[in-house]
Amino acid sequence: MTYISKPAISHPKMPKNNLGLTARDYEGTVSTLCAGCGHDSVTAAIIQAVFELDIEPHMLAKMSGIGCSSKTPAYFVSQAHGFNAVHGRMASVTTGAYAANRKLTYIGVSGDGDSLSIGAGQFIHAIRRNLNMCYIIENNGVYGLTKGQFSASADIGSRPKKGLPNQQEPIDSVSIALGLGATYIARSFSGDKDQLVPLIKGALTHSGFALVDIISPCVTFNDHEGSTKSYAHTRQFYHHVVDVDFVPPAKEIKAAYDEGSAMSIELHGGSKIVLRKIEKDYDPTSRAVSFKYLRDRHNAGEITTGLLYIDNSRKEMHDLMGNIDTPLSELALDTLHPGKEELKKILDRYR
Amino acid sequence: MPIINDVVIKIATVNGTGSASANGLLMKSIFRMGIPVVGKNFFPSNIQGLPTWYEIRVTGDGYQSRSDRVDVMVAMNAQTYARDLADVSPGGWLIYDSTWPRSKMLSRDDITVHGVPLSKMCNEKFEGVRARILMKNIAYVGTVAALLDIDLDTITTLLEETFADKQHMIESNMEAIRLGFDYAIENFVCPLPRRVSPMNGTQGHIVIDGNTAAGLGCMYAGATVGAWYPITPSTSLMDAFRSFCMKYRVDPESGKRTYCIIQAEDELAAIGMVLGASWIGARSFTPTSGPGISLMSEFLGYAYYAEIPAVVFNVQRTGPSTGMPTRTQQSDLMCCAYASHGDTKHVLLFPADPNECFYMALSAFDFAERLQTPVMVLSDLDIGMNDWMVPEFEFDENHVPDRGKVLTADELDDMEEFHRYLDVDGDGIPYRTLPGVHPTGAYFTRGSGHTKYGDYTEDSDKYRDVVDRLLIKWETARSILPESEIQYSELNKAAILTVGSGHGACIEALDRLTEQNIALNYCRVRAFPFNHSTREFIDKHEVVYVVEQNRDAQLRTLLMLDIDADPAKLISFLHYDGMPLNAAFVVDKVLEQISRGQAA
Repeated sequence: MTYISKPAISHPKMPKNNLGLTARDYEGTVSTLCAGCGHDSVTAAIIQAVFELDIEPHMLAKMSGIGCSSKTPAYFVSQAHGFNAVHGRMASVTTGAYAANRKLTYIGVSGDGDSLSIGAGQFIHAIRRNLNMCYIIENNGVYGLTKGQFSASADIGSRPKKGLPNQQEPIDSVSIALGLGATYIARSFSGDKDQLVPLIKGALTHSGFALVDIISPCVTFNDHEGSTKSYAHTRQFYHHVVDVDFVPPAKEIKAAYDEGSAMSIELHGGSKIVLRKIEKDYDPTSRAVSFKYLRDRHNAGEITTGLLYIDNSRKEMHDLMGNIDTPLSELALDTLHPGKEELKKILDRYR
Repeated sequence: MPIINDVVIKIATVNGTGSASANGLLMKSIFRMGIPVVGKNFFPSNIQGLPTWYEIRVTGDGYQSRSDRVDVMVAMNAQTYARDLADVSPGGWLIYDSTWPRSKMLSRDDITVHGVPLSKMCNEKFEGVRARILMKNIAYVGTVAALLDIDLDTITTLLEETFADKQHMIESNMEAIRLGFDYAIENFVCPLPRRVSPMNGTQGHIVIDGNTAAGLGCMYAGATVGAWYPITPSTSLMDAFRSFCMKYRVDPESGKRTYCIIQAEDELAAIGMVLGASWIGARSFTPTSGPGISLMSEFLGYAYYAEIPAVVFNVQRTGPSTGMPTRTQQSDLMCCAYASHGDTKHVLLFPADPNECFYMALSAFDFAERLQTPVMVLSDLDIGMNDWMVPEFEFDENHVPDRGKVLTADELDDMEEFHRYLDVDGDGIPYRTLPGVHPTGAYFTRGSGHTKYGDYTEDSDKYRDVVDRLLIKWETARSILPESEIQYSELNKAAILTVGSGHGACIEALDRLTEQNIALNYCRVRAFPFNHSTREFIDKHEVVYVVEQNRDAQLRTLLMLDIDADPAKLISFLHYDGMPLNAAFVVDKVLEQISRGQAA
């Protein structure tokens, strides 16, 4: 039950971050998802990412819609405000929240149903505005809470437990995001925490819309033979194209990389992500290259993962509009109007 | 004896030919002469080409509603000539462009028809097709000015203000006006026996539309986030807010904006943005109209249950469905009062004119934050888009905006734990925390079943605990919302009760009925839930005529549902053809009821 909090047991030797907090301080209530659910692994990766980034818990805002994925913000960072919105509408609520307070870090957790069907409109418009948030899609190709209907991301040929295989073209969030010019696009797998944590850290630090699409198998409805979003299928066809290391601003880049395969990109605030390119000719700063590569690998039946595209040059939402740096919610009301005498002057135009 | 300052001018033109500025000029000059005026625009859902009408009622008595007659028709649209001719009240005048002859079949012997060769004169005087069309429409201003004795100097002054730095525009416009003016002076008996004459009836007043007034109110209320999706007739509200913000909301130091207007992808998103911003603690609003409310309903129910402030302006138009987007109605009362599935009800404010649009925009944010719930301001197309003469607005700098029960970082620092939905004060309003303020204040905002501590629940008692407490909050709302406007004498056993833009017509109807020795009491509701005085008012009468602008008696239904008003006492006068209400409708209905009573 979500209202049962975890016992706050903390080992004295647990590592602390720069705020003096342990990973335990970033946990939430006990998950009510099925045992083995990929989403719980994503939750664990989020906890680690936020902990390692030294984000003050109350400066994080956890946003979600409806579905299994959207329940998970209750399972991490209890000391952060959460907003579990209506189905498919997390993006608009986050847009308004970010409009009002640009100092918070926004993490949205959504699913393939929440983002690619009912919420498809809001998803694409958040990208268009370059809303400064980390948008996670826990992608399992299936509606879990309503007991196993296909979602819009189900692959052709994907078999449900009962009934006929899916024949409709899947909607791929990564391709959509690339087409629309999202400024940080990553794909990963819930079972690959080593890849996932730095991708989430990069997404949280990126200034602009950061999509992390995570294959997160549904153990109850979509983890059988014939499912293309199962653990077995994902592991078999999983293909890293670039791996990511996240380097905070204070730290030097020490890891050794092969000449020509490493690529360092500075993020907003001075931190860096270092890409280890497994495919030498893959250029994650070129939309055209990324798009072609993704289509080719998709046609070959592979799931391409890593940081697939990044654009650090585009302004995020507030900067595009030329808005003040201070959160709008912190401005005193009496500074927001020109006063009694000026009202008289304004009204002179209507005489 | 001439009839002074009691004349109705109706101008028939083609949409998109510049007639709006000509009509505005005409109305404003009469206003500047100190004479009360009412302006009503009847326009099509179209950018260019369809017929449009503008009605100026000169009313020395200062009435606010539209009239039921036409004294002077300016028939500039050949397409609607037959119907415009038929529209003139007996004894009236019709002015038309005599460049092209009108069919001889169309004539009336009970009115005076004046032909003015406006196109011909303008074609000779001006170059270019566009200029000729525009000038033809300015020229009729001159003709009307001559016929009604409108002061040409006042018109010149207005043009100078409009085209401050475009001297050639002032000159060409005045030239056109002179053409129309001189032709009338030379060819007709000017002025007409019905005419205007300067008076002192407009002091302390302005002429403004409700959407501009509401947009100004939002700026003064300190709203920082506006999210919207364009929809007639609400669009000009956000346009107004934007223009005021562009002038007054730029940070002097950084040159950056202290407001954020987001044109959303649809109304589903617009209201989501408002909730997100309000949840963070900013004052946030969305203007919309009926179809937008339908789309926003799911989120409005969420905001009711999760207790998030929101300000929504519904500038109502004619339904059902797409209806008539450029015609007025009050047909969203029920859909707003109970927007969304489940046991949901919402606070509504009902402005009667642009003046109240300004003040209610200010107070809507106070109520939304105090009550932690959506507040919908139900204006309509008549109020929102027409020019009304209203008392100028005052801003009370001593008024302290009500931000409601929001815990500060210091207060949270002293608390061991915080529970979002506890009724600490017994008024049904819990304490609220804002994200980013303090870790102790964190809670999980949800539309799913929750306990008074804010935790998820499927437990019957704990669920009921919260929804029952929301009813206590509803009663608190009833006690703090604006009181109904009431005129009461214990001599009268019958009354008129109305809402919003029905006010002007009802007030005028009361005067006309008094002239016939029929005295009625009056009540205008200003908010939902209705306050106790409204219930008492109804109880004190044998019959209450409920005047509203919809087919299904929605106000009457709300009175029955919310304050258990006796349906036997409530007689509906329903006006729902899309045109603004006028006094004649109300008077006729009252007389009909009285004669029916006498016959029985």
